[in-house]
Order: sequence, then C-alpha cells, then structure tokens
Amino acid sequence: MRRKYWLIFFIIFVAGIAACHKNDTAPSISFQKPANFPEPVYRFANNTITLERFELGKKLFYDPLLSANNTISCGSCHIQTSAFTHHGHIVSHGIFDRRGTRNSPPIMNLAWSTSFMWDGGIADLDLQAIAPITNHVEMDETMENVLNKLRSSSQYPALFRKAYGTEEITTSNFLKSLSQFMLMCVSSNSRYDSITRGDAGKSFTAEEQEGYNIFKQKCNSCHTEPLFTNYSFHNNGLSISSVNDEGHYLITQNEADKYTFKVPSLRNLAYTAPFMHDGRLLTLDAVLNHYTDQVQQTPNLDPAFQQNAKPGLVLSADDKKKLITFLNTLNDKSFLLDKRFAE
Amino acid sequence: MKKLLIIAIATVSFTACKKDKTPEYNTTIKGALSVEFDNIAGSSDLQLNTATYTNAVGETFKVTKLKYYVSNFVLTNANGTTYTVPQDSCYFLIDESDESTHEPVLRIPEGEYKTLTFTVGVDSLRNTKDVSERVGVLDPAGAAADMYWGWNSGYIFLKLEGTSPAITSMGSVFMYHVGGFGGYSAATPNNIKVITLDLTARGNAKVKQTKSANIHLMVDVLKIVNGSTNVSFATTDMVHSIAPGVPLANNYAAMFTHDHTEN
Repeated sequence: MRRKYWLIFFIIFVAGIAACHKNDTAPSISFQKPANFPEPVYRFANNTITLERFELGKKLFYDPLLSANNTISCGSCHIQTSAFTHHGHIVSHGIFDRRGTRNSPPIMNLAWSTSFMWDGGIADLDLQAIAPITNHVEMDETMENVLNKLRSSSQYPALFRKAYGTEEITTSNFLKSLSQFMLMCVSSNSRYDSITRGDAGKSFTAEEQEGYNIFKQKCNSCHTEPLFTNYSFHNNGLSISSVNDEGHYLITQNEADKYTFKVPSLRNLAYTAPFMHDGRLLTLDAVLNHYTDQVQQTPNLDPAFQQNAKPGLVLSADDKKKLITFLNTLNDKSFLLDKRFAE
Repeated sequence: MKKLLIIAIATVSFTACKKDKTPEYNTTIKGALSVEFDNIAGSSDLQLNTATYTNAVGETFKVTKLKYYVSNFVLTNANGTTYTVPQDSCYFLIDESDESTHEPVLRIPEGEYKTLTFTVGVDSLRNTKDVSERVGVLDPAGAAADMYWGWNSGYIFLKLEGTSPAITSMGSVFMYHVGGFGGYSAATPNNIKVITLDLTARGNAKVKQTKSANIHLMVDVLKIVNGSTNVSFATTDMVHSIAPGVPLANNYAAMFTHDHTEN
C-alpha cells in the first residue's frame, strides 16, 4: 500500500519536472494588450500569434527578396531606429531610386488601426503588404514571383513547415506571417504611458501637464488618446502641392473626402520626422507653425480649423513650447531598442 | 419466346419514350450544367489583337485583353424554387485568351430551370473576406494577380484593354479596369452587376445526372462601350478607379444574352 503511494508521488513529481522543463525551453510569444489601450480591432482569432510565425514574418519583413531586383525590403523604408519610418526622407526612394509621393508611415500599433495607408485604401492588415510589393516605385514585384522565389529558396520551405506544418507556401500564410511581425510592433512604453498606467513615482512635470491640458483642448479630438489618432480622415489645410494628392478621395471618390488624409499618431515624433503625408514639414516647430499661421482654405478644410477669423488654431509661443514638452512624453525609446523586432 | 422478346422490346422503348417526354428529376442528386460565355463583338466572334471594331461614336478599335469575373450563380426552376451554387464553387474568371475558362461548370440538382442569375464581379462579402479564403481564381498572388487593386483593396471585376487610333497618346492604348464593391466602411460607388436571364424563350436548362446541359450566352463586348453612355476612346482612354468605371459597368450589365440551351 505504502509503496503504491510512493509510486504515485514519484510519477506526479517526474511529470511536474517534465512540465516545468518544457516551459523553460519552449519560448513563446503572444500579443499583450497594454493596460491603458483599448481592445485591438485586428481579428486575432484568424491569425493566432506563434513564435515560429512571428519569426518567419520578421525574416520576410527584412528580406529584400520581396522586391523585383532583391534590393529593397520592408525594413528599407520602415527602420526600427526611426520607429519604423524612413527618418530624414521626405518621401522614400524605392527600387532603382524611384521616388513615391508620400512619407513612409510607422509600423506601430497596427492592431488598432481601422485602415492602412495615408489614404485609407486598405482595410485589412493581411492585405496591406500586397500594395508596396506590387507598387512600381516601391518594390515593383509581383506577388506570384515573390511566392515562387520563396518556394525555390533554400530556407523558406523549412521555415514555413515549422510555422504552418507544411512546406506549401500560400498567399495567406505569407501575408499572415508578415502581419504577425507587424502586429507585435506595439509601442506603449513612453513616459506618458507609464504615468497614465499609474507607475509608482511617475508624474508629469508642471510644464508637461500644462502642455497636456493644451493638447486635450486643441488636438485630442483627432489625435485621440491613448493611440493619439482616431483613424479618421481630415484636411488640415496644407497647401495643395504640384502632386495634387487628393488623399482619401482617391479611394472613396466622394467629393467630401478630397484632400483629406488619415490622422497620424503622435507617438514617437522625436524619431519620425519629417511630418505630414508628403513629409513637407521637417520639424515639430514647423508643424505647430503650420497650424497657427499657414492653414490654407482648401476644399474640405476641417471645421476645427475654421473657428476663428483666420483659418487654423490659436496657440501662443508659450503654448507651443508646452505642447512640444508634452509631445516629447510620447516617445518610446524601448520600442526602438526592442531586440525582438531587430533585423 | 419470340413473342416475349417483342413485348419486352416494346415495353422498353415505350418506357424510354415516356421518359423523354416528361423526364423524372431526382432533386437529391446533382448534374453538370455548364454556362458558356461566348464573347462576341456585334455580329462577329471576338478576336483579340487582329480584328477591328467600331464603337457607337464612330471610333475604330482593337481588343487586346478581355477578362471578367462571374460569380454567385442562382438557378430558378419552373416552380420558382431557387438553387444557389455554394460559395466554395461559385467564382469564375473568364479570360478571352484562355479558352478553358469560357465555360464554367456548375453542379446543380436535377430539374428544369427557367432563369439564370449571376453576378458580374465579386460580391462585397467576398471582397472583405479573410485572406485565407481568397484562393483559386481569387488568389491575389495567383489567378487574380492582375484582377486585384492592391492600393485600394478590392477585385477588378472587368478588364477591357486595346488600342484605338482615336487615342493620340503614345501607343493609342486604352485600359478600362472596372471594380468597386461599395467600400469597406465609407460608401463608394458600387459596380457590382447582377444579371438575370429568362431562359424560357430559347430553351430551359434540363439538368440530369446522366447528361450535361449547356446554357450558351452571347457576351457582346461592344456593349461595354455602347449603351446608356456611349464611351469615346478619345475622351476616356484610362479607367483605373471606381467612379470612372460606373458608366462602363452600367453599359456592360446589358451585354449578356441567352442564345440557346443544349440539353
């Protein structure tokens, strides 16, 4: 009788060790919603994050094989040290140094994004990568050719098998892997975040707090906390350039959307200049000066900029200084240094 | 013995005869029904690259490419009962340059059908489906590669490309790409066209498991440019977004006619 108990105890003990051991050696990854963020909109049920799929997506993200002449990767214009933008580039140069017409947006907090691209042309992150891959000035490749290159590579079939249990490389698995990498690029560790989450010993300085108050009054209606965008489309009064980019209108062909663009997040501004859809404003000071002094009365100018005799916002020099102090609390250095996302 | 044989033969032939007049349909089993999309230009068979045609405003042109999606087939029988082809087998891409695509084959319960309904294009629901459900002719990295707008995600429903001397720009090329399912969130023009054809005048489709029926449609490409809006190549050479495609879609909704049915 006693021996039997010992045996049972022994089995449980061994099983416990085995379970423990398994947990130690199998690293895992999962999408964690930051405590101060709303529920994401991406349908994770259709694309469960696993380490193998995430790693595959990361390899694809940094692989120039995705472009026609194998020189441009997603990471070429979405650089981690610039919060996944193309810092210093008004518009990016893609394949053969061809230039586009828009500034490279950040790969950041995309699980909350209701549409993609400055014009909102893409509604599903899983379909997003097709656009830059096939765009003449970006990667100028065909989807079919990308998949064929992956199929004939020495590494990818095995990586797809590890991730999906089959070496068959399908459009869906390819695109969903890329989504996994992009979805995991969550930036939520700025000073603002730790203060909002109530981390011990963290609080705004007096100037930051004043800047925050101005922000809530003048900016929050579009650059809504905590993601600092509400993903809507507005015309913020930029002069119409020779490109005559009609923005969201190109997608909806509704006159009321002419010259409107998606509201960008204000997170990580310290690393992502230049600003605006065409990268025309090089500094944050220039952005604030635009809103006070240079807003143009163009078609569909947002009503928020038509509240005073002169179009734009009313902000004193002191207000601007405080606003910038607050905006600097939205920078998340840890996002730039996160080894999980590094090339 | 001989007498018995004669009776037997007579009985068999009588039964056969009777069967032909009023076929017994077993609606629990399915038969093949093919729908032939026979692309023509006015009164001639469509010929890519070589033949010259004239539109309603008097401009001559050649066609170099014609591709279009047909989907969501529904058949209505004599009692008004409808059969909807399931989602996993109701999308087809007709490509004039590839004869194997001209005759989609549907699996339909046995019966006599008097109405054929289908969609030109890809319905809005499928246009917003998860990428894992975009396979076969809907695979944006496969058959749909040149029938998909990556920058404004959605399928191109119909492509008509060619040349016309009326176009003075280089190559005299025109490209008409029509798409637009109504938009994901914001409403955009909807170019989905549902076509309903009455088969009674030119032959109902009699679907039996043992033989294959064929509905032969004529698809007149001249009607893409001629119709409620007579499109001029000189004024419109490129259509690459949703709103400019509206007049073309309104026109081509009338390009399908039922010619005959082979049962």
